[in-house]
Amino acid sequence: MSEHTPNSYMNQPDERGHFGQFGGRYVAETLMPLVLDLEREYRKAKADPEFKAEFEDLLEHYVGRPSPLYFAPRLTEELGGAQVWFKRDELNHTGAHKINNCIGQILLAMRMGKTRIIAETGAGQHGVATATVCARFGLPCTIFMGATDVSRQQPNVFRMKLLGAQVVPVTSGRGTLKDAMNEALRDWVANVHDTFYIIGTAAGPHPYPELVRDFQSVIGREARAQLIERTGRLPDLLVAAIGGGSNAIGLFHPFLDDPDVRMLGVEAAGHGLDGDEHAASLAGGFPGILHGNKTYLLQDEDGQITEGHSISAGLDYPGIGPEHAWLKESGRVDYTHATDKEALDAFQLLCRTEGIIPALEPSHAIAAIVKVAPTMPKDAIICANLCGRGDKDIFTVAEALGVEI
Amino acid sequence: MSTRFKTTFAKGPALVCFITAGDGDTAANLDALVEGGADVIELGMPFTDPMADGPAIQAANIRALNKGTTTADVLKLATEFRARHPEVPLVLMGYANPMVRRGPEWFAEAAAKAGVDGVISVDLAPEEDQDLGPALRDKGISLIRLATPTTDDRRLPAVLEGSSGFLYYVSVAGITGKQQAAMASIEENVRRIKNHTEVPVAVGFGVRTPEQAAEIAKVADGVVVGSAFIDLVEKHGSEAPQHLKSLVEGLANAVHSARKATA
Repeated sequence: MSEHTPNSYMNQPDERGHFGQFGGRYVAETLMPLVLDLEREYRKAKADPEFKAEFEDLLEHYVGRPSPLYFAPRLTEELGGAQVWFKRDELNHTGAHKINNCIGQILLAMRMGKTRIIAETGAGQHGVATATVCARFGLPCTIFMGATDVSRQQPNVFRMKLLGAQVVPVTSGRGTLKDAMNEALRDWVANVHDTFYIIGTAAGPHPYPELVRDFQSVIGREARAQLIERTGRLPDLLVAAIGGGSNAIGLFHPFLDDPDVRMLGVEAAGHGLDGDEHAASLAGGFPGILHGNKTYLLQDEDGQITEGHSISAGLDYPGIGPEHAWLKESGRVDYTHATDKEALDAFQLLCRTEGIIPALEPSHAIAAIVKVAPTMPKDAIICANLCGRGDKDIFTVAEALGVEI
Repeated sequence: MSTRFKTTFAKGPALVCFITAGDGDTAANLDALVEGGADVIELGMPFTDPMADGPAIQAANIRALNKGTTTADVLKLATEFRARHPEVPLVLMGYANPMVRRGPEWFAEAAAKAGVDGVISVDLAPEEDQDLGPALRDKGISLIRLATPTTDDRRLPAVLEGSSGFLYYVSVAGITGKQQAAMASIEENVRRIKNHTEVPVAVGFGVRTPEQAAEIAKVADGVVVGSAFIDLVEKHGSEAPQHLKSLVEGLANAVHSARKATA
């Protein structure tokens, strides 16, 4: 692990939760004492070997970590440039990286004596992961999900119910992820005494962006060790898709102080950046304040939040984690974007070349690799996070391809 | 800081009335509130994501935005209100993002020009004061802070630091317009807060009837009512002013009668 020198990219946020000008704690006063409590408790947990041991034990025996590092020979050959390696976080229990964070947060919730869990979900992956850990630890669980998402993600709604969660459809706004997050915050304000809010991405008021990043950094720590063991060196380029940005920050963070490792975050460009139908907050947004933090947001000139669009419900959010906003401004990480169509093409490419059905979220990362790998020499190494499997997306993909199933 | 707050609260307990800008005929509704006896006006700046509000005010925000209400419209309503009612303290209340979108200095300047006395930014914690506080204070506008049942004595000084005009005590840990707090809890918390500050303390969240308002006015410097007015605006549309006026008259009588009782 790199030393955290004064010039390190790894010692953010500051003690007030700021990543440069981003991050912070922008919440209603009712929540402030709780957010401060959470920070104190997280500091203690971080220093507690027992907490760490329990977290790691669950990751190994319940989640199935470490996830494999896989060299993709036929995709590499097809693209004709750099070697493409995948960190296989889609093989985790529940099929995505989301569970890493949920394990960490539910352990924190129990340390704090909280007896009820709430969470927001868009596509349902974080909802399923939260319902899973709640079932595992026997805590009641309420999941807020936009009514639009409830109707288009029925299989995940049923999964959450099987796991014992109560799913509350949210009808305010357009009934998608941001509205679900508003409603979760409203519930939390009214139930601060006994309720823990498991936020699904590296966003929200401090310390959430930090703790979600720390829990997800297992992805990058494993990848770093596996790459060194298998290839004898560090990779040239890391690639990950970005909605809120938790899988990307999890992969990137342990490499931030390795100056020769380039990093590429891939936002969802939906129908293209020239219109409003995209979810690329960094490329098409401006700094602002929403859901507890300051970050890049899709918004109009009056600061009203506009709705994101992406074929991937998991990327369909008008904001982004504050650490990514800072990493963009500092120039340490490059950010690009992929359209719905590019992601769909990449989805099919991976199915055919490697026998892996990826989720639509990492399909955006693969779409970026399709562009960049051919421009790199054959001995260069790209490592991308395959952060979710595509079973949940087959209906969406079929519809987009005009296939009836 | 504006002298309007000082003059108003010096008279005894004040009735603070909230409506959302752009929902219904806002200018007529504001006039009705003042005619009925409102002492302080809180004009809500609509926002797409009102995270601390219950269904009534959420819907008012959406109605206002769907009608195309902009920040410029809100400032125009404020400017015209100030021209019609030179003495009534006027507060802009809303969420941080629309306030900081063009920069805090821009907003402070525009609000000062419109004759605004105070600003409440629901999700701007005292810890993030730098984003708005200095710019407002520079223009003589009060940043009105919120305290809640979860704001303990350890935290109160941080909340009070840099706050002026009045302090808004949110009596319920929850969202606007829902349940009402027990009177005993309100009394205890207002006493506790007043031990720490000279700033007047107004109590809100869940206050709907003259009876509730009268009880609160016995222990606090102000009573805030919002969702009850919003409900009338939604129900009566262009007929809302007369209904607002009759509700506010009852509330104002109740609040002001506590002035005589304590005098």
